Amino acid sequence: MELSLATRTVAEHTVLEVGGEVDVYTAPRLRERLVELVDAGARNVIVDLAGVEFLDSTGLGVLVGAMKRLRVANGTFGLVCSKEPLLKIFRITALDQVFPIYSSVEAATGDGTGSGPTS
Amino acid sequence: MATVRLSFSPAPVHVRTARLVGVAVARRAGVAEELLDEVRLAIGEACTRAVALHNQYGLADLVTVEMSDSDSYAVRVIDHAPLEASVGLTKLPPDELADESLTDDALTTGVGFALLAGFVDDLVVRPVEDGSGTEVRMVWPVQRR
Repeated sequence: MELSLATRTVAEHTVLEVGGEVDVYTAPRLRERLVELVDAGARNVIVDLAGVEFLDSTGLGVLVGAMKRLRVANGTFGLVCSKEPLLKIFRITALDQVFPIYSSVEAATGDGTGSGPTS
Repeated sequence: MATVRLSFSPAPVHVRTARLVGVAVARRAGVAEELLDEVRLAIGEACTRAVALHNQYGLADLVTVEMSDSDSYAVRVIDHAPLEASVGLTKLPPDELADESLTDDALTTGVGFALLAGFVDDLVVRPVEDGSGTEVRMVWPVQRR
């Protein structure tokens, strides 16, 4: 399935909904969109991976790059992911210790009184 | 022993094709359904690595994926990059993953190797027997029907 990207705003957060396959071929489009968002002024970015069917090292590299870019800009970055196969990828690469990973967009964009990161 | 061999020019767009073929042959060979996601990811990572090396060295040579199912399902992904290039296979510790000084390429390489090592119990990375290049060999068990 081709990559799909859609952006919406939730509680002062920019939520990028990603769907389909994120791999060495499609990851550059994800990188471009994230760069566009930050350049346009987005500072609290959540990437929702609920619709992602495949994610490889190239896609993970793009997510790390976006997090670094936002860190430099004094922004925040988080992921929404509840699929066990994807969570296993984050565990194996130790990136679950790098990204805040939430189980839902509501948890990721909450005011701190909701549930925290899943890892 | 049935063998399926796929060769493709080192372009990212073809990696998905290699994944699809690799999983289709794995399913036919009798690899357990619950392992197919790992087969898909591992073949993709090995092919992504090969494509990146060919691009890094400006090589137009084809990347080869060879799948065979004798007593197990064995996949070989063969590149033709200089041997010293394969030395860069190292797993990165968590505190280095988000380090500012780490380049995107180094991060992707490290993460890719972590995925290969994490998802494939039987993994061998070795020089090809003829000429320059590296072979990534991955093996999964099959269930006989």
